[in-house]
Amino acid sequence: MQRIEAANKQALERILGADPILIDVIPASEAIPTLTENRILHAGPPLNWDQMCGPMRGAVCGIAVFEGWARSLDEAANFSAEGAFEFLPNHHFDAVGPMTGLTTIGQPVMVVENQTMGNRAYCAINEGLGKVMRFGGNDHEVLARLRWLRDEFGPAFGRALRHLGGLPLKNLVARGLTMGDEMHQRNVACTGLTLRALAPAFAETVRDRGELSKALAFIGNNDQFFLNIAMAMGKSIMDPVRNIEAASIVTAMSRNGTDFGIRVSGTGDSWFTAPVEMPEGLYFPGFTEADANPDMGDSTIVETVGLGGFAMGAAPAVAGFVGAGEPSSAVDFTRKMSDITVGENPEWSIPGLNYLGVPTGIDIRLVVETGIVPTINTGIAHKEPGIGQVGAGVVNAPMHCFEKALIAFAEGVGIT
Amino acid sequence: MTDTVITEVRKSLYLDSVVLMRMSRAITQIDGVFEAAMMMGTPANIEIMTDAGLLDDVGRTATGGDLVIGIRAADKISANAALDAASTQLEKPQVEKRGNKEWHPKTLRTAIKEAPNSNLALISVAGQFAVSEARKAIRRGLNVMIFSDNVSLLDEVELKREAKKLDRLIMGPDCGTAIINGVPLAFSNVVPRGSIGIVGASGTGMQEVASLIGQYGGGISHAVGVGGRDLRTEVGGISTLMAIDALDSDPNTDKIVVISKPPSSEVGSKVLQRIGESSKTSVICFIGGRKLAMPVNATQVFTLKDTACTVMDVSHSDAEPVLPTGFDNGGRLIKGLFSGGTLCAEAQVLLQQGKNAVYSNIPVANSLSMAEGGQGHVLLDLGDDQYTKGKPHPMIDPSGRNELILSAVQDRSWGAILLDVVIGFGAHRDPAGLLVDLLNENEFNDAPQVFASVTGTEDDPQVRSRQVKKLAQAGIIVAPTNADAARWALSFVERSV
Amino acid sequence: MKKTKINEFLDAPLTVINIGLETFADELEEQGVPVVHLDWAPPARGNPKLAALLSKLGA
Repeated sequence: MQRIEAANKQALERILGADPILIDVIPASEAIPTLTENRILHAGPPLNWDQMCGPMRGAVCGIAVFEGWARSLDEAANFSAEGAFEFLPNHHFDAVGPMTGLTTIGQPVMVVENQTMGNRAYCAINEGLGKVMRFGGNDHEVLARLRWLRDEFGPAFGRALRHLGGLPLKNLVARGLTMGDEMHQRNVACTGLTLRALAPAFAETVRDRGELSKALAFIGNNDQFFLNIAMAMGKSIMDPVRNIEAASIVTAMSRNGTDFGIRVSGTGDSWFTAPVEMPEGLYFPGFTEADANPDMGDSTIVETVGLGGFAMGAAPAVAGFVGAGEPSSAVDFTRKMSDITVGENPEWSIPGLNYLGVPTGIDIRLVVETGIVPTINTGIAHKEPGIGQVGAGVVNAPMHCFEKALIAFAEGVGIT
Repeated sequence: MTDTVITEVRKSLYLDSVVLMRMSRAITQIDGVFEAAMMMGTPANIEIMTDAGLLDDVGRTATGGDLVIGIRAADKISANAALDAASTQLEKPQVEKRGNKEWHPKTLRTAIKEAPNSNLALISVAGQFAVSEARKAIRRGLNVMIFSDNVSLLDEVELKREAKKLDRLIMGPDCGTAIINGVPLAFSNVVPRGSIGIVGASGTGMQEVASLIGQYGGGISHAVGVGGRDLRTEVGGISTLMAIDALDSDPNTDKIVVISKPPSSEVGSKVLQRIGESSKTSVICFIGGRKLAMPVNATQVFTLKDTACTVMDVSHSDAEPVLPTGFDNGGRLIKGLFSGGTLCAEAQVLLQQGKNAVYSNIPVANSLSMAEGGQGHVLLDLGDDQYTKGKPHPMIDPSGRNELILSAVQDRSWGAILLDVVIGFGAHRDPAGLLVDLLNENEFNDAPQVFASVTGTEDDPQVRSRQVKKLAQAGIIVAPTNADAARWALSFVERSV
Repeated sequence: MKKTKINEFLDAPLTVINIGLETFADELEEQGVPVVHLDWAPPARGNPKLAALLSKLGA
């Protein structure tokens, strides 16, 4: 079908032509005017309180207390069950969030603008490792950190970015790929590059030396700080690819801890979902598979733009997370993904693959034809709320999403 | 009883966290160890290890640049064993073995990206899938050889028509043999390069002719397979005509050989007309067919051996058989068990010159079908569908045919057993050895005499002379060609006693 | 005689994509012929309905 090829070509051009810049950090209420009181945006396709997994519920309770919508976690749980809150996907509001991925009015969000298309995408600031809300953490320490992000770090980060005139992300990611990052499980290099770029601006704009030191240390001590930036970048790149008629390219992949969902350019804003799979990986001491929560988060947006599992070849150490995977097998993961993508990104190339560009533009036809599903690098949350990350590994997108999407897509182009 | 906890801090030793997690998992599997971890001593990690009950006070002094080993075990012995294991792991350089499976592309599209110069797709997947892969291949500019059978005639016609429009060659379906630019593909032999071009609708026929041309001192420019049904009316000889066009304009080809089962008369005359338009001389072998009017530059022959002799201009030196004397089991009929269909057909043509009727599962003109019943020679093509359903072809795995040979040798109603042994790429690496071993395991009385020939060359992986020697040492009479083997067997059973 | 596209094929060094029996690829490799072996599987994991849809969608 000639028009599918043409549409996919256009989709790929939009992906490759994107110019994402991290420009600001602003309150979510300002970034997303339709985000009102008692609205809670979550990761993944739509779901309600009854369907939510443990960590998602834990995070919901925590954020309700944080926003002052409930006095205690118990009260927040009761309110949730009574329907006091409206649960909506981040993806419907130009936003993304890792793991539980909650976005509410009081949180600061990072703003990435795709200057080619003029659209913006938002993501909250990464809280750090250990017990954090994105893994369902909701104790005092978690909420205190969120307040500091809202009141101190977020505004300072925004000032620094404005002072700098924005942080262009495309080249930064390109450099990160040559330094061993794949932008999902490993963001060490990009976090360092971000800190290097931002430190002078922070120094110019934060008066108090203690606050300055704390802000810089917060970035520097969190190897995953860049993840949320990469996610907002991914969202800003993929949103303009939505709704291209007859394009069979995946525009979003996302999980809510219960279901895995994808959206496809030619089928508009419909989600095609299937039960999410369990990640396979390595666990922190004291934890096993039995503690693991099913896969979760909007972070799969990075795979959607050709990073994460698709860029595994750039990050051989990460390949070790797969069951019996050897670091030398990392390039095979990337090459395997080239079987299901329509092109490569020449600006994001991988040294270990002779500078092959990352496989870009997942075509649902190729996924269904080859039986190869996208490989996703992911963190593993404890299934009980409030405990946090217990491991990291790799998970497959469920084939059923792609099969459902293919049938709907075919109908959309008049083929049954 | 309380658990034993051992902690060790290695100052300023950095290892990647994934490497450490993998090591930790290995140590945890030691008997008596409840939990073990090796981590860099960052505050977050110290907290995790403390929570897991893996750290003593020493461990908590570690900093982010130190590597911390924490072990909780049932007793001191297990804990120390784990610590030793941890130390060994740390001191041993990480020798990662290569992933056991290297990456292969999954689709034609990706394969072409991998090898943009690709010019041929060699397809041997099940017939129902072969067509769509072939279609993709020609649309992406490749030529195609389809080894697979079970492709419908309609699919073949549509595929070849599209290929013709796209100026791409389809060899097949059911094409076992081709030698392109000196490269033997699938079931083919290592034959010297030379000036004879072959177009063939029959695999083993091409193998026999190409090998004999080699033996007679000649060589092959290209041997283009077209698939067994190309000369049927429905297909119209599309691939055959394209191949003849190409060989006609190929400066390295001086003579053209066409080998096929008898074509439909309509397609046959089209092909002969095209041959007549060429300035090159041709040899035409429609095996089992009638005599046809030939263009002036073409000679018609009726056996594979004559094809090779005629195109090489060598005399029809019918080697005289060295027949065993002094014993007679009384059998006057021949049982032929063939792995090559065209070799079976050629043998039928020769046995038809004898006194008895010839029966076959693939009867040529003047042979009888097995279904008709009656007494006569029986020549079976064991590569035919009815014998290969769900089993490997006898050229790949001769064991099934060998069983049939074994029981035929024990059957005194046969005077002679007639065999082909086809070697070359694709074929079993020692078919003669396998057969001889089986025959040597058994003792026979009054067994029929076995006659065989070896289709192939000295340069084939199996080496023709070695295969011949093995057969001869087992008392099998080995003729220089398939035709000679048939002729010898016939004169053996018809000898005056 | 005018040379055809098929002559271009016959004259060029052979580079093969092998779809099916791996021994064919191994034997070509043995002879030093460039060959890419496909890790082939029936399209759509053998689901005929989806495979038919895919062929119409031109994947």
